[in-house]
Amino acid sequence: MTNSIEETLNTDLIFIIGSNTTETHPVISTFMKRAIKRGAKLIVADPRRIELSQLADVYLQIKPGTNVALLNGMMNVILEEELYDKEFIEKNTENFEAFREVIKGYTPEVAAQICNVDKEDIIKAARLYARAPKAGIYYTMGVTQHSTGTSGVMSISNLSLLCGNVGKESAGVNPLRGQNNVQGSTDMGAVPTDYPGYQKVFKPEVKEKFEKAWNAKLSGTVGLTVAEMMKEAEKGNLKFMYIMGENPMVSDPDISHVDKALRSLDFLVVQDLFLTETAEYADVVLPASSFAEKDGTFTNTERRVQRVRQGIKPVGNSKPDWQILSDIMKRLGHEKEYSHPSEIMEEIRSVTPQYGGITYERIEEEGLQWPCPDLSHPGTKYLHKDRIMRGKGLFMPIDYRESVETPDEEYPFILTTGRLRYHYHTRTLTGRVEGLNKLQPHSFMEINEATASRLGIADGEKVRVISRRGEIVVTARITDAVDENVLFIPFHFADTRVNYLTHTMDLDEYSKIPELKVTAVKLERIGS
Amino acid sequence: MVEITVNGKKYQVDKGITILEACNRLGISIPTLCNDDRLEPYGACRLCVVEIKGRRNLEASCSTKVRDGMEIETHSEKVIKARKEILDLLYSNHPEDCLTCEKAGECKLMDYCYEYGIKKGSYIGEKKKYPIDESNPFYYYDPNKCILCGKCVRVCRDLQGTSAIAFKNRGFNTKVSTPFDMGLATSDCVSCGNCVANCPVGALMPKKPEKFRTWEVKKVKTTCIYCGVGCQMYLLVKGNRVVGVEPARGKANNGLMCVKGRFGYGFINHPDRLKTPLIKRNGKFEEATWEEAYDLIVNKIKEIREKYGPDSLGGLSSAKCTNEENYLFQKMFRALIGTNNVDHCARL
Ligand code: SF4
Ligand code: SF4
Repeated sequence: MTNSIEETLNTDLIFIIGSNTTETHPVISTFMKRAIKRGAKLIVADPRRIELSQLADVYLQIKPGTNVALLNGMMNVILEEELYDKEFIEKNTENFEAFREVIKGYTPEVAAQICNVDKEDIIKAARLYARAPKAGIYYTMGVTQHSTGTSGVMSISNLSLLCGNVGKESAGVNPLRGQNNVQGSTDMGAVPTDYPGYQKVFKPEVKEKFEKAWNAKLSGTVGLTVAEMMKEAEKGNLKFMYIMGENPMVSDPDISHVDKALRSLDFLVVQDLFLTETAEYADVVLPASSFAEKDGTFTNTERRVQRVRQGIKPVGNSKPDWQILSDIMKRLGHEKEYSHPSEIMEEIRSVTPQYGGITYERIEEEGLQWPCPDLSHPGTKYLHKDRIMRGKGLFMPIDYRESVETPDEEYPFILTTGRLRYHYHTRTLTGRVEGLNKLQPHSFMEINEATASRLGIADGEKVRVISRRGEIVVTARITDAVDENVLFIPFHFADTRVNYLTHTMDLDEYSKIPELKVTAVKLERIGS
Repeated sequence: MVEITVNGKKYQVDKGITILEACNRLGISIPTLCNDDRLEPYGACRLCVVEIKGRRNLEASCSTKVRDGMEIETHSEKVIKARKEILDLLYSNHPEDCLTCEKAGECKLMDYCYEYGIKKGSYIGEKKKYPIDESNPFYYYDPNKCILCGKCVRVCRDLQGTSAIAFKNRGFNTKVSTPFDMGLATSDCVSCGNCVANCPVGALMPKKPEKFRTWEVKKVKTTCIYCGVGCQMYLLVKGNRVVGVEPARGKANNGLMCVKGRFGYGFINHPDRLKTPLIKRNGKFEEATWEEAYDLIVNKIKEIREKYGPDSLGGLSSAKCTNEENYLFQKMFRALIGTNNVDHCARL
């Protein structure tokens, strides 16, 4: 998030696109609801009629995969009606003219047609957004999990720049990070392109810096992403994998392919709290301690580094992940030994400029938000305050592209996936909490009333959902939350693994994110 | 700033705040059952009354703003008498099962009755006999203990934004209820427990999978693991077990939580937890020591790297692990194995 969660309270407009906030970030949704009560306007764009759509001034039930067209359509209106922030653009941005050229093609009529919404609603949303003194955009995987996910993110940035909502309190571009420490693990360089602090592995001067800091010879070649690792494993090029606290056998797209990949490995280490679906494939399983059994830090979605504190001793013979890693590293020749995670933080802050001022002592009472470059820095509530981070905000001319797998005669429905309030990721943890299972015991498939009646499917009936990669059986839930040609299935449940259906074709070219939000499927009644 | 006199001493305090808030900041404690600084003043319990010079009636300090020159008595005889009267009434209406009440030790009514010397209720009469609503898997509502402070209703409506509960009936028969009195399980309730966290007495209580008394647990402040909001919370620890969770005030959550963070702690001490390293031999997992597991892993890493080069190894770090662990994981792959094949499932 460029801005902070509590700033949501004072915003004039909330634009939620591709986020079911009440379910995925429940506490942030409480801030939103309070802002709305206070008079903030709300725009919701989502293929599902989510809870917050009921409070919206404009709700756009867009076809999955058409975010870019919608955003371009809104920007077309804003440009046409000259509602944009001319002074801000002049002073703080680049490439406006090229961007403007592209947007010309996206009249509200064109966008409405692509998104399958009313053009008047696009116009209304555009005006609302542009006229709000402080407008914040909030999004999650509904924007990113597309083959054009990066385009979606850039379009959001365009819209925000266009109306001068950057570097302003209670405004900004606010991706809500899903898992508790996605922000932190990316900050820490658990990605194939970056060392900690987004320093690029392929830059010689960066490599040199880390070679010195770590006293090691480093590779300048960008590594493989998860999806690429799976592909290389299946081809036999990747021989060894170490999986810490992840469960790709449920969470990753096209599970049959993951299954083959893991089977092809020479050696697999899995480190987790439980014997997960993925751990079954391992040659060695290491028992890790839970968050309640260790010290450390997580970085939340507003870049706030907060303490994790040990409450109990490690369960059984388990060890905290940092301890396990430290033990193995030692055996691989690492000279440094860490007796407590605070010592690791000391090392982190010596090589990660954004974390330069973060110590356990300073975050004892309350977390600090990065960038926090030195010990006297108070942390950063919202980004780009005095200047746009890269110098000037860059407009990106972006065209709408269709999803990779669009419905056709054989596979006529768009299946989209997502999360529920009562479960977390692959249910390794929440599936073991009785009350949560009571509240949400099974998976289901949302299907529109008209579609269900056309196919003769009754509420609660089991149906077979088939894609080009696999099939699952799931219980139908008839609802008006989805449009007639759209289906929704949550991805949490291992017994109805929706990721048997999803695909890994044409990953987004920048982020390598799979298009989990759009899969073409067909339905079959069981016994018909 | 304005100048006020409290109990004979002069203070400078901010303009526009309530007497209760001013006294809180000055460290002068005034009892209240219905006030919460995140909510609008409600004035229901009237326990926070104070005497203000020149006014005939006692005023609720939670809803009276400070004025320049105000002279306030927070513990005068008149004030204490009024508070005793209120507590007496409340306790007369309250089930007298404090010995076994789960809230004992953290009950505000108990604390104030102790402070003001209320040993028993002097009003004898009918007591409430409502059934307890046990329909929610994580908490229950005992209307008989409810003191009608309205905190839960206001927290659910004004902070949580769900409005699942409301007051029903009037007078003696007032109780908190769900629409049509159908039980919490059928309401819009999303089981966030934010009402429960703010109940000053034992009316709204978490169901405890394990019995404990409030004074037996240690509270350890930490961060929730279930989403990127990063709610601050306390683990309630008894012995070597986590027996509950309570929300803490953090910048990102303002004392609120959702159902997963608040009630989803049962996995921690779950019997399915892996307790020892496992090595697969002939297709079956066998228990092993850490040394055996480490040796095997390290030998494999060396062997495969030797044979196929460092880029034939790869690792998935975790968005569920700490920063320190992610840092070590990527350092291990980069500095000790020699490859940039490190990723995690940020994209999923
Ligand atoms: S648990 Fe949450 S939603 Fe349910 S009644 Fe309490 S505050 Fe409202
Ligand atoms: S309590 Fe709920 S909203 Fe808060 S961090 Fe945990 S999962 Fe997220």
